[in-house]
Amino acid sequence: MTPVDAGGPALREFVENLKAVPRRLKETAFRTGPPVTDRTRSTFVFGNVFLHLHSVRTHRWSLRWTTTMGLGIMTFAAFLIALVTGVMLMFYYKPFPDVAYQSMKDIHFVVPTGRLIRNIHRWSANVMVIGVILHMARAFYTAAYRRPREYNWLIGIGLLVTTLGLSFTGYLLPWDQLAYWAITIGANIAQSPREVTDALNITDYFDPGGFQKLLLLGSDQVGAEALIRFYMLHVMILPLVLAALMAVHFWRIRKDGGLVRPPDADERLTKKRAEETYPVFTEAPAKTYHLAAIVRGRTPNVGRGPENTVPSMPHLFYAELGVLMFTLLICVALSLVSDAPLKELANPNVPENPAKAPWYFLGLQEMVSFSAFMGGIAIPAIVLLGLALIPYLDRETKGTGEWFGGPGGWPLVRLSLLFGLAVPVLLEAFAIRFGWLREWFPDIPQLIVTFINPATVLTAIYALYSIWCIRRYESARAGALGLFTCFLCGFLVLTIIGTYFRGPNWEFFWSPADWPQH
Amino acid sequence: MTTSSKPPRSRLDPDPVPRRDWLGLSALWTAGGALLFGMIGMLKLPKAAVLSSPSKKFRVPLPETLAAGEAYVPPGRSVALFKDAEGVYAVSTICTHLGCVVKANPEGFECPCHGSRFLADGTVTKGPAPRALPWLKVSLGGGMATIDEDTVVPPGTKVS
Ligand code: HEM
Ligand code: FES
Repeated sequence: MTPVDAGGPALREFVENLKAVPRRLKETAFRTGPPVTDRTRSTFVFGNVFLHLHSVRTHRWSLRWTTTMGLGIMTFAAFLIALVTGVMLMFYYKPFPDVAYQSMKDIHFVVPTGRLIRNIHRWSANVMVIGVILHMARAFYTAAYRRPREYNWLIGIGLLVTTLGLSFTGYLLPWDQLAYWAITIGANIAQSPREVTDALNITDYFDPGGFQKLLLLGSDQVGAEALIRFYMLHVMILPLVLAALMAVHFWRIRKDGGLVRPPDADERLTKKRAEETYPVFTEAPAKTYHLAAIVRGRTPNVGRGPENTVPSMPHLFYAELGVLMFTLLICVALSLVSDAPLKELANPNVPENPAKAPWYFLGLQEMVSFSAFMGGIAIPAIVLLGLALIPYLDRETKGTGEWFGGPGGWPLVRLSLLFGLAVPVLLEAFAIRFGWLREWFPDIPQLIVTFINPATVLTAIYALYSIWCIRRYESARAGALGLFTCFLCGFLVLTIIGTYFRGPNWEFFWSPADWPQH
Repeated sequence: MTTSSKPPRSRLDPDPVPRRDWLGLSALWTAGGALLFGMIGMLKLPKAAVLSSPSKKFRVPLPETLAAGEAYVPPGRSVALFKDAEGVYAVSTICTHLGCVVKANPEGFECPCHGSRFLADGTVTKGPAPRALPWLKVSLGGGMATIDEDTVVPPGTKVS
């Protein structure tokens, strides 16, 4: 007999309880046991505050690789990676001019693995921007924005803007030449409504541009105030906004009946794998909300034969985990081969030449080099408004859930690709070779240059082309297919020109090797 | 509002409960009003009473020899000083397009950011800059020039 057993019953129970702690801890944390039956798999999902953003079962169509290409999850994964590495960077980063630059140098050269963490942060931010654009394209081309997903498309636009805002605010933080001048340009774009108010001579009474710049910088030039503002936006406000929007975005997917799929998705799947489908709920459902869904007429499966759904745990979650690991792999691999840039300390007296923003803003910078107001504010605003209106203008149903679905289809998209690529290339070639209005008529009023320049002409041609598509196919979806494809093409062409073909003084060069050396 | 006259449409989707009671409405309106006035007040928050930028007024010694049309840029400043037979004048070197600092060249100025070109008197000759470079107020005394970057003067104003 051991001395412990010699104690009274209370002590014995105490020891028993102590021994049971690990098992009980597990039981109380995961109340429903391992997710091995349909029932425990369901409770595994809806008993968990994070997982229950997903529905308990997932349609097979949603799990097909071609439905989403995992792009939304990839964007989300990149955000998580940026979040973790960003918090790590915050331990060493100090948001004050010049000190900020020194702390970046420290992170790069002194802090253990600091360079790798900074690289991963930078690369995951890039992956996030690429991901959000491709994901938007996927949602567009599969017509996933249609009823009942209109609102989620709008939330998506909010996510797009917030993602770009995060990139923009993060760009200033290293406080090097690149950062300083890119943000100077950005802040003056915010001020550019003055281009119009000045021309109308009303700036003294009505100055939205000046207000915007002041709001952003807290001063009339980029300095300590601007840095702390950008820092707050970058590490607090925008991530919180993004997280809130994401929560709504994901919740909405569930409430909108899962991912979009063609009306005949069930038949198509059943034809392929009839032997694998089996009725849902092999056990009695633990919750009855399916009834409520049927009452509201939302369940797409009412009266439609066997359901092609599988439990989200493990089918969906393992797929998501796979995408997460893949994204992490990409970010780490890129970070090992390519360092995030860090130029000289910011110098407010000597602009970086050429002063380039991050690559995804270079298309914008190319347009800004024609007119600050139109290229930097008006056209982006029109594009965003146009994107937001798509679900409300295209109320058709043909082709929902199909890649390039709807009137026109792939042939129209192919034509639009050619058209959308050719027009900006030709316009740019013309403007680079022959100049534009100011070179021909030196005394031309500024308002004319503001409103008629290669960027506005490009926008107008795209808009006319879209109207032609609507009339040619008698369909708003066709117009949207044409316009959206053109938008992607224009973005691509302008970004490539801004990135590879613009050198010092924003002049055209066939390659950076031709840049004059100073 | 008379909502009680019609029978409920169904048990799951009954008629809405009228919420237009006085207390509820006043709560809503006061909350809305407070929010609105708070936001109007907040418009002032981003602007400090004194901006943190360096002083816009500075004194520099005038260089002894400055050929007509040659620009003298005081170190650390974004102003170009000129001196000719009629007197001294100062032109801002902050590009009117998007705020880069323009560089003096033999013809005038060029902007490194989007390639705007200006004559020595500030007039735009090329590129996206919407306005001419402004002339700034200069006052002379004791071989020094005082330049006030906040005060724009009409082009052609030279002091001697
Ligand atoms: C930070 C940015 C974003 C994240 C993390 C995100 C995440 C996701 C995820 C995980 C899905 C599930 C399906 C999938 O993986 O593709 C989804 C669906 C969707 N997203 Fe996003 N998204 C973002 C931005 C956007 C943008 C910019 C748009 C469009 C303007 C958009 C519109 C949609 C729509 C309409 C759906 C439903 C698609 C369907 O039912 O098939 N999202 N999003
Ligand atoms: S800032 Fe000078 S041309 Fe753009």
